[in-house]
Amino acid sequence: MSWLVFALAFWAAAWGFNIWASHQGFARQRGWRLLIPGLFGVTLLVLWEGIVRGLEVPGVILPAPSAIWARIIDSLPVLWADFAQTILKGALSGYLIGCGSAFVTAILIDRSPFLQRGLLPVGNFVAALPIVGIAPILVMWFGFDWQSKAAVVVVMVFFPVLVNTVAGLAASERMQRDLMATWGASYWQGLFKLRLPAAMPFVFNGLKIATTLALIGAIVAEFFGSPIVGMGFRISTAVGQLSLDMVWAEIAVAALAGSAFYGLVAVIEKAVTFWHPSQRGRT
Amino acid sequence: MRSVLPVLTVLLAISVIWYGAAVKLNSAWTYDQAGRAGTEVSFGEVVKDAMVQDRPVLPAPHQVAAGLWDGFAGQAITSKKSLAYHGWVTLSATMVGFLIGTLAGILLAVGIVHNKAMDLSVMPWAIASQTIPILAIAPMVIVVLASVGVTGLLPKAVISAYLSFFPVVVGMVKGLRSPDQMMLDQLRTYSASQGQTFWKLRLPASVPYLFTSLKVSVAASLVGAIVGELPAGASAGLGARLLSGSYYGQTIQIWSALFAAALLAAGLVMIVGWIERRTLVRMGMRT
Repeated sequence: MSWLVFALAFWAAAWGFNIWASHQGFARQRGWRLLIPGLFGVTLLVLWEGIVRGLEVPGVILPAPSAIWARIIDSLPVLWADFAQTILKGALSGYLIGCGSAFVTAILIDRSPFLQRGLLPVGNFVAALPIVGIAPILVMWFGFDWQSKAAVVVVMVFFPVLVNTVAGLAASERMQRDLMATWGASYWQGLFKLRLPAAMPFVFNGLKIATTLALIGAIVAEFFGSPIVGMGFRISTAVGQLSLDMVWAEIAVAALAGSAFYGLVAVIEKAVTFWHPSQRGRT
Repeated sequence: MRSVLPVLTVLLAISVIWYGAAVKLNSAWTYDQAGRAGTEVSFGEVVKDAMVQDRPVLPAPHQVAAGLWDGFAGQAITSKKSLAYHGWVTLSATMVGFLIGTLAGILLAVGIVHNKAMDLSVMPWAIASQTIPILAIAPMVIVVLASVGVTGLLPKAVISAYLSFFPVVVGMVKGLRSPDQMMLDQLRTYSASQGQTFWKLRLPASVPYLFTSLKVSVAASLVGAIVGELPAGASAGLGARLLSGSYYGQTIQIWSALFAAALLAAGLVMIVGWIERRTLVRMGMRT
């Protein structure tokens, strides 16, 4: 019971501190902008731990954060093998192939307004569909190993990147394109020196959406069949054995990998589109 | 309207490629059978056979269409083989989850806009959570809820709600903040209370943003319901149909369940889009 009281007291104190801090002038500074959400996250963990211990929730329903952490430390080699199988082999290779081919397709259809008018509505339509559903078919075609996961990821990331790239290639202004024409620039010069750079904010928007989709595709595809390694495989078997701390450990790894992947793309975006207004404001 | 012809061309090209791929992928089986029987098959026979196999590697489009037609019209609506029945199971979980997720999202967004502490502490997590493959926890939610005695529609709805929640939060926060300083100042000169500002300015201004997020989140909640049906041996729903099809190699069943899900998704997005148009016209935001 004392755990519960402690957790609630901690929550009240942290929340009070956050209310106080967010009304101070210095709350706009960078360090405080990280500290306040950080404290909120810690509060959630403490509350979780306190409720699980205080109410003695059994581990098969909700393990405490400390138990999950112990499990992560215990099974680092297993987690690393799953990470390598699902993220490095499945998601990453599929992401590179899918985004690369979508980008090339966008440039290929760039010269044909007819194809663009035809492909864009179809692409927008497909982007809204539950594409995860093709996972069983692709697992059937490409086997249980990471190739089938990569194939699912390719299909999932293709259309968002394609639609965004085509929109981006149309983003340069008429005046700028006319200027290129007065300089006698060829199609390819205009593409490389003006339109591709101008398209980059849109392309990176698509790439960022695709990072989450890639992880989802790779993990969900493993529910339909996989070798005895991989995050999706581990989640579904650990659920079957009711060892929920293992499931949560995998979720923690997936969350970290997802945020890191997204962050990496965001860093590259910042380096490539340093000239764009949305990047210039921040330091 | 001028994009009808290009779209039709692309669709035609897709079905030509599809038929070609079906012949190519399914021919292996035909050649194998012929090789065992010690007979020769001509190319024409291979093509003919590729169109009518029971368990093709890739069903031809007309086989999928026949499977869909049979699923919707050829079965009694209560039959376990009826796609309408499975579609309804998935749709009801989707709708419940979508409603819960949307309402919770709007409430949280209202809290974030009116409370500075919530804004600074919760908002970064709401944005960060978009980068996390949430769908991966779906099977765990199902099993955990089943172990405390909650089964059936509700666990799937929880996953749907979770997936549709964050797009709504992010969109609504943006929308509730969209009135500019001049409008807010004007309401202050009218000495409007915070509640009046909310009902008369912030909420109407947020409606276009709300509908944009609703279109994203209705598709997301359908995906959530389908994935929620994959684990734990669910027996009904489009996701269960996909899974049993993949266990027993019934490719036509997988493809028709997939197309049923696609039709459902397209229908849901179109309904939201239609409500959006009607609402915005009534509010005078669009003609």
